[in-house]
Amino acid sequence: MNGRIWVYGDHVDTDAIIPARYLLTSEPTELARHCMEGLDASFADAVRPGDMIVAGENFGCGSSREHAPIAIRAAGVACVVARSFARIFYRNAINIGLPIIACPDAVETATAGQEWEVDLGSGRIRNRTLGMEFPFEPFPPFMSALLDAGGLTAFTRSRIASGELPRRRLGE
Amino acid sequence: MSARTLAEKILLAHCRNERPATDEAATIRPGDLIEVAVDLVLANDITAPIAIREFCELGGDRVFDPEAVVLIADHFTPNKDIASAEQAAILRRFAREQKLLHHYDVGQAGIEHVLLHELGLVVPGAVIVGADSHTCTAGALGAFATGMGSTDVAVAMATGEVWMRVPETIRVDLDGAPARWIGGKDLILATIGQLGVHGATYCALEFGGSAIEHLSLDARFTMSNMAIEAGGKAGLFPADEAALAYVGERTDRDVEAWSADEGATHARTVRIDVSAIEPLVALPHLPENVRAVREVDATPIDQAVIGSCTNGRLEDLRVAAEILRGQQVHPDVRCIVIPGSPQVQRDAIREGLVEVFLDAGAAFSTPTCGPCLGGHMGVLASGERAVSTTNRNFRGRMGSLDSEVVLAGPAVAAASAVAGRLAHPEEVVA
Repeated sequence: MNGRIWVYGDHVDTDAIIPARYLLTSEPTELARHCMEGLDASFADAVRPGDMIVAGENFGCGSSREHAPIAIRAAGVACVVARSFARIFYRNAINIGLPIIACPDAVETATAGQEWEVDLGSGRIRNRTLGMEFPFEPFPPFMSALLDAGGLTAFTRSRIASGELPRRRLGE
Repeated sequence: MSARTLAEKILLAHCRNERPATDEAATIRPGDLIEVAVDLVLANDITAPIAIREFCELGGDRVFDPEAVVLIADHFTPNKDIASAEQAAILRRFAREQKLLHHYDVGQAGIEHVLLHELGLVVPGAVIVGADSHTCTAGALGAFATGMGSTDVAVAMATGEVWMRVPETIRVDLDGAPARWIGGKDLILATIGQLGVHGATYCALEFGGSAIEHLSLDARFTMSNMAIEAGGKAGLFPADEAALAYVGERTDRDVEAWSADEGATHARTVRIDVSAIEPLVALPHLPENVRAVREVDATPIDQAVIGSCTNGRLEDLRVAAEILRGQQVHPDVRCIVIPGSPQVQRDAIREGLVEVFLDAGAAFSTPTCGPCLGGHMGVLASGERAVSTTNRNFRGRMGSLDSEVVLAGPAVAAASAVAGRLAHPEEVVA
């Protein structure tokens, strides 16, 4: 994937990604309209499909609201690259099939508006503006399977359909 | 047998991955991705609508156990507008269709992380997942309780399982006796001040040390509640006699003591000298910006909020009332007191605390998350500052992006409400 990057700092919390006053709906297009509003009021109008978000430490900290990665994906963002992610946001993004990548070295070179290329298969980020390339650690097999299936719901649906889940409960 | 942390012991007992039962080397280790059986699944009026939508997408007809799925309408309730009413209605319909035993609506509903343990639904050694980041509160009773997103919770509702990464454990050693006015909030703010807001990311916090036997259950709930504010996945206390007594009064189920093995391996140990802690605040806009309130310059406030899943329990309201008794809320301050549950509300009325609040000029409401997340019941205008016993002071958290939240315990919040600025309790109470 290729895209223009938006650059933010450390500790971008989920209240900033989607303020609580917009949590009165779970409609992705509606949430996208307010994406990043707590931090950057220009984002939702100016973001283009395929753009990427690049941020510092602890991206997505705070509330567990899945509305946050839903808003980012529905805004057309192809992936999020950060120095590090908060745990719940990380799960939520993988679960809904939004690729997110921890790659501090790449983040080090980021300035707003650069063109980046991300190859999930080979585990490479290319800062095309600067002509630099950075490897990132590939997803563990379990998470790759989730992303390949299109997220946790699709992944689990096939396991339910095949009779693998639900398993008998412990003690039964 | 290798020594295990409490988190590892509980997760091992709930691990559904196939592994040789006799092969010690095949035990779980921090970093492993495992599938975990869950005992309780929780969602609220913000997160359940997405969970229910994904549950339907999964193609499962019934929840895995109608006694183990808990829906609590607490965030925008009593509903503030039509949109929030529609969300609460989704929970109501689903609870009816699925014959859920535990659906709590206005009148019975409290803030989920207060109600859950109060109802006896939290037992030591359980795995609890909730579509709310403060699900970690239940760790105070020795349960492995952790916040997740709605899709995770949908899968848990359908299958009774979730995927997890086995966390490393950070030990928090608390020693010494707390001074007057020091509560659980001060201890957890001190911990977050040391760890930083992402110092515990992916890790479980386990609290221990000689101080914890002196801590009330309400203080422990406050501390476990804010484990997430250091990035933690869980915040566990050993289930000691006090915890077992608390749970025993609320459930007929057999309850067992759970604690870490001696000699378990920790990623890190944080030591807190409880006797040296002064009343603390966390300044805008991160919970790690912790200062002794005495060291902060005179900082005027417009609003004081006393409540939330962090500090909306009876002990918190008693502390606030002790300070507000016979005092007046400063004319430039709105003071809003919100009980965490109908039981807390009832007890506060019975003990005469509500009269103290009303006499002091504070407002007292029904249980709700309300202002904590800028939902309703106390949203801030631009340029305003609140002192709040809640858990997050992110920019815009309680309203306008140009407002500020200072986190504190109920003693400092109540004292500040009287003083009209951030204040040490001793400044207003002899």
